[in-house]
Amino acid sequence: MPFLTLAEAVARHVRDGATVALEGFTHLIPFAAGHEIIRQRRRGLTLVRMTPDLIYDQMIGMGVAARLVFSWGGNPGVGSLHRMRDAVERGWPAPLEIVEHSHAGMALAYEAGASGMPCAFLRGYRGSDLAAVNHQVKFVPCPFTGEDLACIPAHRPDVTIIHAQKADRAGNVLIEGIVGVQKEAVLAARCAVATVEEVVEEFGPRSANAVILPSWTLAAVAVVPGGARPSYAHGYYPRDNAFYVAWDEIARDRDRFRAWMQENVIEAAR
Amino acid sequence: MNYTPQEMMTVAAARALSNEDVCFVGIGLPSAACNLARLTHAPGVKLIYESGTLETRPDVLPLSIGDGELCETALTTVSVPEIFRYWLQGGRITVGFLGGAQVDRFANLNSTVIGPYDRPKVRLPGSGGAAEIATGCGQIFIVMKQGKRSFVRDLDFLTSLGHGRTGRERSALGIRTKGPTLLVTDLCLMRPEPETNEMIVTSMHSGVTREQIVENTGWDVRFADTVEQTPPPTQDELSVLRDLHERTARAHGAAAGGEA
Repeated sequence: MPFLTLAEAVARHVRDGATVALEGFTHLIPFAAGHEIIRQRRRGLTLVRMTPDLIYDQMIGMGVAARLVFSWGGNPGVGSLHRMRDAVERGWPAPLEIVEHSHAGMALAYEAGASGMPCAFLRGYRGSDLAAVNHQVKFVPCPFTGEDLACIPAHRPDVTIIHAQKADRAGNVLIEGIVGVQKEAVLAARCAVATVEEVVEEFGPRSANAVILPSWTLAAVAVVPGGARPSYAHGYYPRDNAFYVAWDEIARDRDRFRAWMQENVIEAAR
Repeated sequence: MNYTPQEMMTVAAARALSNEDVCFVGIGLPSAACNLARLTHAPGVKLIYESGTLETRPDVLPLSIGDGELCETALTTVSVPEIFRYWLQGGRITVGFLGGAQVDRFANLNSTVIGPYDRPKVRLPGSGGAAEIATGCGQIFIVMKQGKRSFVRDLDFLTSLGHGRTGRERSALGIRTKGPTLLVTDLCLMRPEPETNEMIVTSMHSGVTREQIVENTGWDVRFADTVEQTPPPTQDELSVLRDLHERTARAHGAAAGGEA
């Protein structure tokens, strides 16, 4: 597992047309990595994420994505993701195919991928029209009880990218706080990249059950302080709620959105 | 003491929770109602958010479902797959709170799309946890502001199952949880009629007329034989709720709302 710069890690591991998962449940969203994918002008990606959040709104609006696999596409506590809506409702800047799940379905599909299973079973999607519009949702009878269970294919991203608090010198990565679905998303992927706030000599005192991804589960680690902003990193910085509110206005208008991205992402060298 | 219809709605939802409940909480109004219950008559209520925080005791209302405040005040924080598998699907949650853009007479909810799915007029956020919360929790309380555009005859999309399009789908699908037992609005309380599972008005908030309720419902709304009067918020309920909102506004620089 080499330490790379973020630009090197994205150049090496994120290819046009790939299936890419950037995970982090409200907490530790890998914004810097998403911005680097935009700067390197990747095209035709299948973006996988439970809550697309602002980062996928930005990537979709910049024309990175051909397909979105998700379960909740809003701006938490604020309202709509206007770029995602524009793509779904009006095909701007490009039509966006959507594959829509529930949270339980998405979480278990990652878990199935991490477990080496072809599919996940759950008591889910029952009575919901989601099963009618997502043809990946099937119902199969339990061989023991006959109960109809929902079955969906496992997520196997070509690459998963996460942000975490710390790596040690050996490249092991520690995640604390709301750990979301990152461990599953990393272990489900063919290749995984972590950005971290800092590198420490060693992790020091911690719970015996701390969530640590061993270095050999990762293809690269990049040190990117502030790499989750405007999301947050427990123990480092809080969520920039004011930016989430401000984004509503920025993203509403196509020109304003493009100008903001040009100034703050394209021309912002990290 | 004066109060707003929104405060009445939050207080009425909070009262429905008991000290023994284990509650799956959504952001916005449900979060305010659940924490109000915890800070008044139900100090023992266990609040669980889908970000994995078990028994959380936030001092201020979170803006998103995964705010640091939830994790810092929780008994423990588990992963998102675990919350949905062991805690929700495992049957540990007694009450789930849901809302949506549309509700119908059988308390089915739409939070996915207005217009056709393939050519949406308005693309809404989608299910999030709702589709499985609706069937996995012991019972469901729905909290929604009442109006003709949201209380509709026919949903554009059924995201979360209530009692189904005919009122009978839960038992037909072998679902053993109760589903929606209470719909709290800013005008009234509705509960399922025992034989049909249609939501009917069982209690009206103070100062609200039957005409107002009819005008703000997209189906031919019916009233129970005996319709009660919802007791207005007490001084204690109002002051705890307002303190909570004030602390929240100071912490976020804005009121909390929305879901994640």
